[in-house]
Amino acid sequence: MYKYDQYDQAMVDARVEDFRDQVRRRIAGDMNDDQFKPLRLKNGLYLQLHAYMLRVAIPYGTLNSRQLRKLAEIARKYDRGYGHFTTRQNLQYHWIKLEDAPDILAELATVEMHAIQTSGESIRNISADQYAGAAADEICDPRPWAELLRQATSFHPEFSYLPRKFKICVISSPADRAALRWHDCALRIVRNEAGEEGFEVYAGGGMGRTPFIAYKIRDFCPAAQIFSYIQAILRVWNLHARRDNIHKQRMKILVHDLGEEEFRRQVEEAFQHFLTLDTDFPQAEYDRIAAYFTPPPFETGLPDDIDRSDPDFALWVDQQVIAHKTPGYAIANISLKPIGGIGGDATAEQMEVVADLAERYSFDDVRVTHAQNLVLPHVRKQDLYAVWQALHEAGLADANLDLVTDVIACPGLDYCTLANARSIPVAQKIQRRFAEMERQLDLGELKIKISGCINACGHHHAGHIGILGVDRKGTENYQLLLGGSGAEDTTQAKITGPGFDEDGVVDAVERAIERYRELRDPGERFIDTYRRVGLDAFKEAIYG
Amino acid sequence: MADVLRFRNDDPIEEPAVTLDAFVDQEDASAVRIEAGEDPRRLIPVLDRVKLVELGIPRFRDGRCFTAARILREAGYEGEIRAEGDVLVDLIFFMRRCGIDSFAPQSPLNRADVDACLSRYEHVYQHAADGAVPIWKLRHG
Repeated sequence: MYKYDQYDQAMVDARVEDFRDQVRRRIAGDMNDDQFKPLRLKNGLYLQLHAYMLRVAIPYGTLNSRQLRKLAEIARKYDRGYGHFTTRQNLQYHWIKLEDAPDILAELATVEMHAIQTSGESIRNISADQYAGAAADEICDPRPWAELLRQATSFHPEFSYLPRKFKICVISSPADRAALRWHDCALRIVRNEAGEEGFEVYAGGGMGRTPFIAYKIRDFCPAAQIFSYIQAILRVWNLHARRDNIHKQRMKILVHDLGEEEFRRQVEEAFQHFLTLDTDFPQAEYDRIAAYFTPPPFETGLPDDIDRSDPDFALWVDQQVIAHKTPGYAIANISLKPIGGIGGDATAEQMEVVADLAERYSFDDVRVTHAQNLVLPHVRKQDLYAVWQALHEAGLADANLDLVTDVIACPGLDYCTLANARSIPVAQKIQRRFAEMERQLDLGELKIKISGCINACGHHHAGHIGILGVDRKGTENYQLLLGGSGAEDTTQAKITGPGFDEDGVVDAVERAIERYRELRDPGERFIDTYRRVGLDAFKEAIYG
Repeated sequence: MADVLRFRNDDPIEEPAVTLDAFVDQEDASAVRIEAGEDPRRLIPVLDRVKLVELGIPRFRDGRCFTAARILREAGYEGEIRAEGDVLVDLIFFMRRCGIDSFAPQSPLNRADVDACLSRYEHVYQHAADGAVPIWKLRHG
């Protein structure tokens, strides 16, 4: 895992003082709230319904145990004893006092963490494949590039007051576990015919009120030039984006308005220009960063079989454990989706349990997934039973990865000022409806994603089944969508028809799922059946 | 000119800035104002007669001025670039890095706050128009 040197540390320390000074000037009345708002947002501080929310960056979703313990400590000391893992692999605290925020940032800085650019019109924290360094199908670990780009895009002077937010994602495998093409700028590490490493680049993706799937803007950008290419994209957008309507300022809108070809042409022109400016980081810097991501000292000759004599454990293994690239090891997913709980929430005690397990069994490495779960990426198969027992005791042993109860939901109207409707109670009702394990297993992979407003933090456009909460004449109303995907087969979900009330949408979900059971071919997932038979076959069942 | 905060040693240009459209045709003009949304690249063919570029900042959240300033510096322009309008203290560090070297804010800035903002970050992660040496270069000598 990356370690700060004196420069990185000085940078986050300076940011703490910077923000402390901004808070001081706001409280002293030297700036008004309109002027303060973008400044606090650039540091992840939102004003929500009941309190401030602080979003802490977890770069490329990677944490060590010391960091996770600090997050637990902050939850206890400054919040209500829990935190919320987000669809951007970050962590949010929902009950923060403005005057505590600088002290929290100072605490984060002691464990090489920060909240830089986790919100606002800036280049956001970079997301990546949660199985980086462990996945059997990756070309290389994408995190050295994500870290290099984290540094390159931190406090970028030209791109700190962008038209809107800008999200970058990096993966290096054919399978997409990071919702790649739903990002403004999506990078997949590939090798060309000469065996050289580079990036397949996608641009102009994004959810929100006008969803677009990113298009492939370049087949191959040499790895050493990627920062130039990203700056070229940003410059074209920054120069030409609309600034008169906040809902039309994301890059996806400019790509749509200019057309993919013209956007590509302008980016290429700017790219050639950037190449002359010598702004790319040299190989030596990449090598320095990559040295922190060398594989941990995996043992050889370990047993590759798992004792499945405990049936509850066997069920958990089947659902939560993924193949690791090293024999004798496994990737263990930890569900943060207990039936009837709040998806993505973890208590301070649970964070500490996971930190202990990471330290003892996973080379001190924890990952956060965009589906709001956690991962121990490098567990010896012979240790899985002990890990499961500890998780079980902590209430973290649900076996529902990618199943119908593994619901993604934004905080919704329970917390968020932007929301039109609550998300959490809908997720809980769906979970309870389908809680029976046999039923979940029968339905197989089924991704339900719920957003409480059109900003789509709950990724409803990418749900096999999506739910969007809207405000209909003062009452909460839920639209149902089908057929989305955030995986390598990215698709945008379609609205089925008129909306429902809270209980109605749960019934509608069940009717859609029952229709799938009638129509499916053996072994076919919900999304595959939907693609084969189309929306109309489901509409009949949903609306009768 | 009293309200202009300058980071240059040469004498200020007193000539009023004309619009970009006018400047392109007006061969004796040397001061030009670029509004947010106007393409700064139109100035590049006539850059040799420019002595002052005034960038209009309609709202502090409008970040087009950063790109405009860098494009001019990257084209070799060494004259004054002035940010005029809704210029706030917390923008100045980034503006300086992009090559803006004078400031005409609508509301006066507290000089102590400006100095604190400009000195807070000792190092930077990336190249820009200010010649600051990026951290990666410091790491590798």
